[in-house]
Formats: sequence, C-alpha cells, structure tokens
Amino acid sequence: MNEHDLELEQERYELFAGPTYNFNFNRRQFLKAFSGGIALIVPVSNLLAQDQGESGRRSNERIPDDIGAWIHIDEKGTVSVFTGKVEIGQNIRTSLTQAVAEELHVPLDTIRVVMADTDLTPFDLGTFGSLTTPRMAPQLRKAAAAARETLIALAAEQWKVEPASVRIVNARFVNHDASKSLTLAEVAKGQKLVKTIPADVATTAAKDWTVAGTPVAKVDGRDFVTGKHQYTTDLRREGMLYGRIVRPSALDAKLMSSDTKAAEAIPGVTVVRDGDFIGVVAPNRETAIHAEKAIAVHWQAPGQPGNDELFAYLKKNAEAGRARPVGSVADGMAAADKKLSQTYNIAYIAHAPLEPRAAVAEWNDGKLTVWTGTQRPFGVREELAEAFHIPQEKIRVIVPDTGSGYGGKHTGECAIEAARLARASGKPVKLVWTREEEFNWAYFRPAGVIEVNSGVKNDGTVTAWEYHNYNSGGSGIQVKYDFANQDIQFHNSKSPLRQGSYRGLAATANHFAREVHMDELAQLVNMDPVQFRLKNIKDARLKAVLEAAADKFGWSRKKTEGRGRGIACGFEKGSYIAAAAEVSVDAKTGRVKIERVVESFECGAIVNQLHLHNQVEGAVVQAIGGAMFESIQFKNGQILNGKFSQYRLPRFSDTPAIEIVLLDRKDLPSAGAGETPIVGLAPAVANAIFDLTAKRIRSMPLTG
Amino acid sequence: MPNVTTLNVNGKKLRVDVDSQTPLLYVLRDYLNLTGTKYGCGEARCGACTVLVEGQSMRSCVTPVGRVSDKQITTIEGMEQDGKLHPLQEAFLKADALQCGYCTSGMIMAAAALLKKNAKPSRDEIVKHMDANVCRCGTYPRIVKAIEIASGTAKEVAE
Repeated sequence: MNEHDLELEQERYELFAGPTYNFNFNRRQFLKAFSGGIALIVPVSNLLAQDQGESGRRSNERIPDDIGAWIHIDEKGTVSVFTGKVEIGQNIRTSLTQAVAEELHVPLDTIRVVMADTDLTPFDLGTFGSLTTPRMAPQLRKAAAAARETLIALAAEQWKVEPASVRIVNARFVNHDASKSLTLAEVAKGQKLVKTIPADVATTAAKDWTVAGTPVAKVDGRDFVTGKHQYTTDLRREGMLYGRIVRPSALDAKLMSSDTKAAEAIPGVTVVRDGDFIGVVAPNRETAIHAEKAIAVHWQAPGQPGNDELFAYLKKNAEAGRARPVGSVADGMAAADKKLSQTYNIAYIAHAPLEPRAAVAEWNDGKLTVWTGTQRPFGVREELAEAFHIPQEKIRVIVPDTGSGYGGKHTGECAIEAARLARASGKPVKLVWTREEEFNWAYFRPAGVIEVNSGVKNDGTVTAWEYHNYNSGGSGIQVKYDFANQDIQFHNSKSPLRQGSYRGLAATANHFAREVHMDELAQLVNMDPVQFRLKNIKDARLKAVLEAAADKFGWSRKKTEGRGRGIACGFEKGSYIAAAAEVSVDAKTGRVKIERVVESFECGAIVNQLHLHNQVEGAVVQAIGGAMFESIQFKNGQILNGKFSQYRLPRFSDTPAIEIVLLDRKDLPSAGAGETPIVGLAPAVANAIFDLTAKRIRSMPLTG
Repeated sequence: MPNVTTLNVNGKKLRVDVDSQTPLLYVLRDYLNLTGTKYGCGEARCGACTVLVEGQSMRSCVTPVGRVSDKQITTIEGMEQDGKLHPLQEAFLKADALQCGYCTSGMIMAAAALLKKNAKPSRDEIVKHMDANVCRCGTYPRIVKAIEIASGTAKEVAE
C-alpha cells in the first residue's frame, strides 16, 4: 500500500481539484537537514500499512526515499521529532510529545516537535481524517523505542557492558549499580548514525503507559496565554508590504472593465493585475485598503440558484448512486409491520475559524517561502508550484501553529495570492483575509438532502433500510446497527456554492438523518428510544457508549417537568459516540434552549484525558451552531450573511451544562478524536424537541 | 484631526505616528508589534481584539486610536509582571481553557475587565459579561471555570 491508495472520502471536494500527491522528502533533503548525532527514520510505508513483519534494517544502510517522519538526537542531546502534521488546536503537539517521551524515557521538556515545514519535515498528506493519533503517533513511538535501544547499545559499548544492564533514568544513561552515568549528549556526541526503524519494534502497551494516558498540559500553553505565540497573521518580515485583493461581485463573475489609475497614483502602492486577478500592495494596511477602494471595477455574474431552491436543485442535479445492497430491501419491506419515508435537509455552514486565512510570502533568488495557516502544507506547496510554474524544491511552506481549521484550511488560495503580490512587488507581502472574504471565498460544509425509506416490525426490529444522501457526502453513511436489509447510496450533485471538508465531514448529516429517523421508528412502534436502539444493536462498543450516556443522563429516571429529552448514537473514524440532550422551550417566544447534554465517547486507549475531554466538550459546543442556527444564506452567487453580525455562532449563553463520559479501552488501539464527537448533538436535540413538543424537525439547523 | 504621536500602552509611553482614525487594533499590531491582540471580525462581534482602556474592556478593532491617545491601554502583553503570570493566565492554563488559542488574549482581557468591577462574579454574571467573546473551538465551559478559579469562586479544579 502506498499513499496513493489512501482513499479519500467523496465529500473532500476541495481536494479533488488538484493534481495527485507525491513524496518529496528524499535522501538528499534528509542529509541536508541531518548534521550529526543519531536519526531514526519512519518510512511512509510504515505510516500507512499495518506491521508487515519485515525485520529491521541494520544501521547506516540505504536511506529510504519515502521518509514519513524522523526523530533526531543531536550532539547536544536535544531530541527533535519531525512530522508534517499541523497543530490547529487539537493538541497533537502535546500528544506526540507524550508518545516520544514515553518510549525514549526522557522528560517531556527535552523534546521539540518540529511540525509542518516542507524543508524540514517529511511529506504528509495533511492533518485531517483524525489520522494523527492512529497513524503518526504509533510510528513515532516505534522510532523513539528504536532510538532508545540504539542509544543504550552505544552507552553499553562505551562502558563495555551488556546493553541489558543499561537503563535511562531522567534523560541519563546509568549502568547496573548507577555508579556510572552519561547524558544523551555524551552518548550522541561524535555519532553520525542513521537507522530506519524496523516494522516490528516493540512499544509500550497502553496498560503500561505512564506518560501517555496522563493529563499532560498543553506543552507550550504559556505562549498562548501571554500572547507570545506567533500565528501566521502575526508574522512580520523586513520590508514587508500589506496586500489586499479586489474581489468579484459574486461567484463566477467575470471582470468586464476596471480602472486602476487612481490607485496607482497613491504613493507606495503597486497594483498587480493578472487576468481577472487584481490586487494591491502598500507599505501599511490603511494605504492598501485606500488603494483597493480607489479601483473601479465592473463585474458581470451569471444568474445562480439561491437557498430557497437549494434542496430541489440538489435533487434535480443528482447523479445515480452506487448500489451495494445488503440483503433485500424489498423483502425487508414485505416483512415489516410499519413503514416510514422521510426526507431530511442539511444547510451549508461555514467553518469560521477565528484566525482567518493568512499568508506571508517572500521570494529570494527565485526561491519562494510562504508562511501560512493550512492543514495541508505539502498540498499548498504543490498548488504554489503549479501556479508559478516552478519546481516544488524551490518552495518552502511553513505552518505556524494555527488558529484552528475544522477542515476548512485545506487549500492554498491565500498563499497563492500573497506569493503573486510578493513576486510582482519584489518585497515580502502579508495577506490576511477579512472575515467577509472568509465567508465569501473559502468553501462550505456541503448542503444535502437525505431520504430514508424504512420498515420495522412491531417488536422493534428494523427490517428494511433504504437510504439516499444527495450531495452532503458518504462519511458515516454506513450503519452500525444490525439491519438485515440495506440499500445505502451516496449521490453526487451539482453544488451552487463552493464546498468541501468540514470537521466530521458528512458524518454529522448522516447521523442526523439516521438518528432522527430511528427516533421516528421508535415512536411508530411505541418503544423507548434507548430500548429501540438496543434492540437493533449487536456491536458491543456501540452498546457500551449508548448505555453509558443513558446511565449518566438518568434516562431511566422520571422525566423533568417541562423538559424534553432525546438521544442519539453512532460510529465514525474508529470511535463511538452517544449523546443525550435535555431541552426546554420558552412558552412565549418558542425559543428552544438546550439545558443539558451528556455525551459518551470511546476512541480506544485514551492518550490524554485532559485534552480529549476538552476536544469532546468543544465539539459539543461547536455542534450547537450547526444544530440550532448556522446556515449560509445566498442568492445569485452572493453570500447574504457573510459576517459575524449576520452569521450566528455558538456563544457562552448557548452552552448547556455538559457532562462527558470517556470510556478508556486500554485493550484497543487509540483512534483520533477531533471529529466524531461533533456528530451526536443535533439528532439528540431534535429528538428532545419532539419529546417535548411533538413537533418533528427534519432539518439542520433545526430552526431552518 | 492631527496624527496620534504617542500612546500609553502597558505602562509605557510609546511613540507612533498614525492617522487618528486608524483602529487601535492595527496600531498595536502593525506599528507597535504587540500582536497578542487579534483580528477576528472587524465589527466588534467576536472579542478577539479586546484590550483594556482605563481598566474597561474595549473592542480595539472599532476604536479609532485618536479616542484613546491619552488613556492607559493594557494589552495581553502587559498582563505578565516580572515573569509572573497574571492569575487569569494561570487559571486559563490550569483549566485548559483553550484549544487553538486564537481567542485567548481577548478572553483573558475581557475577563480581567469583569474581575476589576466584580471580584467575585456569579456564573450567570460571567456568562453575561463574556457573551460577546467567541471561542470557535467551544471551550466556553473551561473559560468559565478559569474565571472562577482566578476569582476564587471555583468549586473544584477543572479536570
């Protein structure tokens, strides 16, 4: 298996536009970065494949051309970990540090994690799909374990003793009676040793973890609470200019005419024209804005569908799906006591990362360096190479730890714009998208229409499940329920707006439709929603999270007067989730308030319960937006609510009491946790509203 | 209006030379290199740009610098004193009240303004005061907890 075989989910629309991926961190680049000391290399094949049983290569053999990550112990004893992954608030800088510290037996603060710098870190497809914890962390563990054994062997050699008698205690190597000791630096000194880690290195089992599995605080937290951390938007280069872009009047608008003379007359301003692209640079932001406004432009935009006709449009333009039936839906329908057909609608929503897209670009002797907040540094490098017709070796993309992404920062448009302005002006240029640009020129979580036809027996057994998702995507579309007869299809359609990845992808939409429909079926056969689900579950892990949420919520207790309650459960990206919600409705205004949420989550062995708790809780809060009020309004290629005064985000006062139940399965490999916790809230709330008001809401947002 | 030539920031008188209409946010960030104060929306709706002016929280993205040129301005960079973190900064770390951290400066400054006028706010008072600040990562429960820790009203330390 190689990187090309990694199947991308269908709704990662923004990624299919570009060319295919390649590997570029090769032997030559590695040797440039490796000065001395000891290096342990993780081949890409290891990152992708399960253990292959291949035995380890000996030291200083051929350096592989597919380096996926590496660990370096320099002659000063500094441990550096090089990975192409990106820190966007999910705290992998901390969790990867924990993994390495554990295996290397050194304190956390002796480890430096170098992330997402295309000149220093090996190729990585991108930080998405909840893959860092299940794929990158175990390999860094192996590299660290191999490094430890190598260092121990070197220490033993110096002392002429058996390696088995040498231990690492607090970053020092000690002999059997602790009469002799060496630092990491003393062992690494004078070495120039490169090893490829064997696939079968033993690492510490989760039940024996002492560093991972503990609530380690964010490793560089102090830099964030003091304002010292430099995001892309904070960077400054010598002689740097400030850029602005003249935006079209609507999506797909064509430039009919423009007059840039007045802007060009402003001292210090350079106007950059390239086809329909018009940008300006100036020595300061104020002048750049002044110049941008001084440019007269006339655009012509085609008529385009608006959101009043969105769902009909998605259905009308849908392609045939791929049928992969299980059993026979027709037979299942024939066996059913009751049948139900319902349609669910999902609106477009925006990622709205608080740090907007930004880039600082600088050209030096034909080499381009771009600092930018992206989840795909190597993808952005490729986009830049294509845009400027230069080889990727001439481009360096560096990603400072970024002000979040949620799947929204996969593409390189801001980097390309900044680089274009920098090349034309001959100076470094900073471009920070405005909030309005974020809404108008990035991409959205896909809208969708979901149709479900089902059959159920009076005892609660679901006998038929026919499911069609139009446009929103295929993630989380498969059921973990034990349904005998299924026909589940995803249908591509034509999207009026630019759309792409969003935290959890379509798993949110698919869980919404499925879990609301399950609630409707439970009602149809007069069963309790929890009992009804359990009747259709064989999967022990799904059962465990559902029961954990119901227990903590007090589902078996008497209902609170004036409150409604609802539940939902599911599975995606290796982890299991259940959410239970309690709501009230204001008698006068009809406004729904989420009073309380219990969410249970199981992602195998927990690496850091503090950050996992934070991640799950944060996902619940973010989910409130898509569930209750977030929805992009648009007409004729224009976004009608593209600013924070018009687009409602979840706030402090929207936040209910949230209780999180984390199930720690030390016997199971750790799965990623950044996405799946977002999928359960919306259906749980919709079901709770029904419980209280008997009003069934089949759209996200619920007010839409 | 004449240009603004000096600003009192974090107890220091700093020289600048900017149009008095320039938003305070960009004077801090672009001219004084105090980048801890962030841009989020430009219309006072997210609070990422919050600073203290004479102890009161203010949205620097919509505040013309000319209006505060003779006032005492405090930014996130002024909270740490002699290498010692402000109790709110300590509390944010303790409660793990951040993920990406981009809203954190504004949250801490807004909370500092609250605690200045109300040393022991109730949970409802915290929510009401902080409601104009956005954390897109959704760490609100932890930020509330952090403010309770800093004000000494926390019932238990966050997990």
